[in-house]
Amino acid sequence: MKEYRTITQIAGPLVFVEKTEPVGYGELVNIVLFDGTIKRGQVLDTSDELVVVQVFETTAGIGKDSGIRFTGETIKMPVGRDMLGRILSGGGKPIDGGPEIVPEKRLDITGAAINPYARGSPNDFIQTGISTIDGTNTLVRGQKLPIFSGAGLPHNQIALQIARQSKVPGSKEAFAVVFAAMGITKEEANYFMQDFERTGALERAVVFLNLADDPAVERIITPRLALTTAEYLAFDLGMHVLVILTDMTNYCEALRQIGAAREEVPGRRGYPGYMYTDLAGIYERAGIVKGKKGSITQFPILTMPGDDITHPIPDLTGYITEGQIVVSRELHRKGIYPPINVLPSLSRLMNLGIGKGHTREDHKKVSDQMYAAYAEGNDLRGLVAIVGKDALSERDRMFLEFADIFEGRFVRQGYSEDRTIEDTLTIGWNLLSTLPVEQLVRIDRDLINKYHPKFTQAGKAEG
Amino acid sequence: MKTEKPKSDTTGVLKRIAGPVVTAVGIDAHMYDVVKVGNEELMGEVIKIQGENIIIQVYEDTSGIRPGEPVINTGLSLAVELGPGLLTSIYDGIQRPLSVLVDKMGDFIQRGVSAPGLDHAKKWEFKPLVKEGASVAPGSIIGEVQETNIVHRIMVPPNVKGGTVKSIKAGSFTVDEVVCTLDNGAQISLMQKWPVRVPRPVNEKMNPTVPLITGQRILDGLFPIAKGGTAAIPGPFGSGKTVTQQQLAKWSDAEIVVYIGCGERGNEMTEVLTEFPELEDPKSGKPLMERTVLIANTSNMPVAAREASVYTGITIAEYFRDMGYDVSLMADSTSRWAEAMREISSRLEEMPGEEGYPAYLAARLSEFYERAGRVKTLAGSMGSVSVIGAVSPPGGDFSEPVTQNTLRIVKVFWALDAKLSQRRHFPAINWLNSYSLYLDSLHDWYDKEVSPEWNTIRSWAMEILQKEAELQEIVQLVGSDALPEAEQITIEVARMIREIFLQQNAYDAVDTFCDMRKQYDMMKAIRQYSDLAYAAQSAGVTPQQILAVKSKNELPQIKFIKDYRPALDKIQAEMDAEFNALRSAA
Repeated sequence: MKEYRTITQIAGPLVFVEKTEPVGYGELVNIVLFDGTIKRGQVLDTSDELVVVQVFETTAGIGKDSGIRFTGETIKMPVGRDMLGRILSGGGKPIDGGPEIVPEKRLDITGAAINPYARGSPNDFIQTGISTIDGTNTLVRGQKLPIFSGAGLPHNQIALQIARQSKVPGSKEAFAVVFAAMGITKEEANYFMQDFERTGALERAVVFLNLADDPAVERIITPRLALTTAEYLAFDLGMHVLVILTDMTNYCEALRQIGAAREEVPGRRGYPGYMYTDLAGIYERAGIVKGKKGSITQFPILTMPGDDITHPIPDLTGYITEGQIVVSRELHRKGIYPPINVLPSLSRLMNLGIGKGHTREDHKKVSDQMYAAYAEGNDLRGLVAIVGKDALSERDRMFLEFADIFEGRFVRQGYSEDRTIEDTLTIGWNLLSTLPVEQLVRIDRDLINKYHPKFTQAGKAEG
Repeated sequence: MKTEKPKSDTTGVLKRIAGPVVTAVGIDAHMYDVVKVGNEELMGEVIKIQGENIIIQVYEDTSGIRPGEPVINTGLSLAVELGPGLLTSIYDGIQRPLSVLVDKMGDFIQRGVSAPGLDHAKKWEFKPLVKEGASVAPGSIIGEVQETNIVHRIMVPPNVKGGTVKSIKAGSFTVDEVVCTLDNGAQISLMQKWPVRVPRPVNEKMNPTVPLITGQRILDGLFPIAKGGTAAIPGPFGSGKTVTQQQLAKWSDAEIVVYIGCGERGNEMTEVLTEFPELEDPKSGKPLMERTVLIANTSNMPVAAREASVYTGITIAEYFRDMGYDVSLMADSTSRWAEAMREISSRLEEMPGEEGYPAYLAARLSEFYERAGRVKTLAGSMGSVSVIGAVSPPGGDFSEPVTQNTLRIVKVFWALDAKLSQRRHFPAINWLNSYSLYLDSLHDWYDKEVSPEWNTIRSWAMEILQKEAELQEIVQLVGSDALPEAEQITIEVARMIREIFLQQNAYDAVDTFCDMRKQYDMMKAIRQYSDLAYAAQSAGVTPQQILAVKSKNELPQIKFIKDYRPALDKIQAEMDAEFNALRSAA
């Protein structure tokens, strides 16, 4: 392989090389330092005169004397069955002291878009055991549902609880977790690893760790390596894969860093204008392919800078993903776990996975009714602060009360409390029964007669 | 008009590759010529000419392409194939059928595969409608093909000179075979090609006077769009933009629907693909898919093809309009289209306008929306293209450039509101911020087709809702008990309008579509309560008693009943009786 020593400029993570043979766009590049160490990079711009290489590691040690080798191929990930149970670096190298991965295949890490025509319809209900998800923001297989959180909130616990408890009721199919950490601290990583080891989840997991002190640019490839692995497990080996990506905010920061180094015209808040397309290239790698057994379900986690949901990172994410689970600082302060605020939370695929044949016929309407009642009660809290409880009408007082017990009994649950969907709906009906029946305008009479505790108990008493 | 241009140097070489934008030298190209890039012959389009350098946007992934690879200029503009076989198809942004791509390259989108828009092997039964010796002009209908339950009219292409029919034959033909020749030598087949960036010609643009009935109460009832009109649905994520678009695609009374999924989610397109073949067109009873053309360029498919997808869609819509059909086109989302423009523009290192969007954003948007309209076609019949564009404002901020430039053009604005969707008020369209500028031109239609009372009752409802908004401000400060009696009733009536009329359940088999008759009846029942309530209040009945009237609690159930008339009659009679009792007691 030809080695060039024609570096003309090094700026941030970018290396500029001159007078090369024709080099392909997106090619993998090896940079050989004076001491023989090899750093990896990728071609970002190529022309007769100049090639721009983005280095995935720190550029420390690279100088005009460094050698550049163009490999002639795009970045590929070696994947194999024995990856399960392994811990890899953010660049895909084993860091658990074990042997190298024996590759069964080498796959392009960019991944190709699933042809919309070949996609299967996601409609298998996943029970996470968390009421605020199962009951009101239901997750289905093949969905991408991010957790929008803030600094200092327990999103990691929630993610772990989901990873631990998730199952499709009644199914015993092969299941795997791919975990990709981007720029999280060693402490946080340990927290995940210990939990994986304690619960035995590590055996069926592949872990990619790019820690806070690892090169930021490496974060660009970490989620792509993770998803390439996930695609192999799902579509080649037929497993149902849950992918956890944390923290996407660090990924976007890395993207901005590279954009700035390339002197690109910045978009909102300095993030590159193509961030939507770039993020879509990650999030859209979830789903089901018709005629294949496996599936990829994604749980990206991001921390909203300043808890601002309109910040470009949560904003663009929300436009690509199929809903979001919003973690609330207010509920967290009240000591409620999991502090999921259902009002801004949403699962777009919920309707495909609930109802008769999936969960229960009353699911949708119970959920809608609780949402409406909780929203109304929550609004009234603002009013009470001004006029006091006494100025409220009888009806308003009931809704105010409902908001409190909704948070106390439906939202609040234990870190290892695994509720079935029946439990969740029963709690829902019990809460709704505190309101007068005629206020339940979103539920039709038949369902009220069948499930409302007042009628079911009366029925039992008579029978 | 000719689509072919003079050719000279057709082969050159690549000089630079930077993502979806590449530079070539050594070809003589014109703007928007289609070129084949690299050894794999990826499809691209010339978007800038700078001295020797020809700048090309490539519709496929450019990884691995090197400088020095060849570039071939086809000399043609980006065009779509128009003819039988369009309906029920699902295309990517440059009219490659996705089903064919699955057969050719598997479940994932690979590159370098070309696939014609229409099936060139399939035979269609052609029935001539003109005889030999008849004189025809551009746009004239010469025959028809039963495509699905829709009749596909075969026209003289607008860019072919008119003349006298020399020969025309009935029978079974592929789209390439000549079915008709003219005395001037023109040969007409079932298929024509049209460059997507050029609007198809019409005889005359007319004023829209007929509403596009969508079966959605807040739209038809309060903020109607006319056939041939333009509407925008801006909304933050999670406010139900896509559901609203899909409801329109399902239920609007257009004869043809073109649905463009532009830079949106793959799973959503799958939802459309699995649902539409099963849903019935309320008019024909046939699957909705039979009148639908889908264009899906999801967010992770190449960005340049996303830019083209909108033009591909509107050209297909115009083609069906030219046959004399009412077409509605949904574009979800035009913001992703604008972002594709921004991405290409920034790679061209053009001077950016507001928020990095190119300075020509406003011009491109208005050119696109202007292709909507109700027209007299070249053949002399009436046809229309209604355009409904979704806008995804970042952070829900309506002051951003795409929303603002769209609002300057469109006539109907359906303001989606995240607050409403959080409390599960669907469709989450804000009744205070939305507007329709078609109310005047549609006035007569509602008068004649629904009821002479409709326009008055509509203004009454809007007035109550407006009043409620003002009263709510007071309630926020002093509580609802402090309001005067009459205004407590107003609040209640407004609540009924919101919960009974405006809220509509897209997932309920009955409530998902509500015809104008039922809309009128429902609104009338609310009006009846309102009239009785005010009368009772002035007769001395207390608001507590009026609000406790039982029969009105049954009204929401009407939404879910198909043959609602008997139930509604019963409720209305009970309402009368209850108020009579109250008044005589007072």
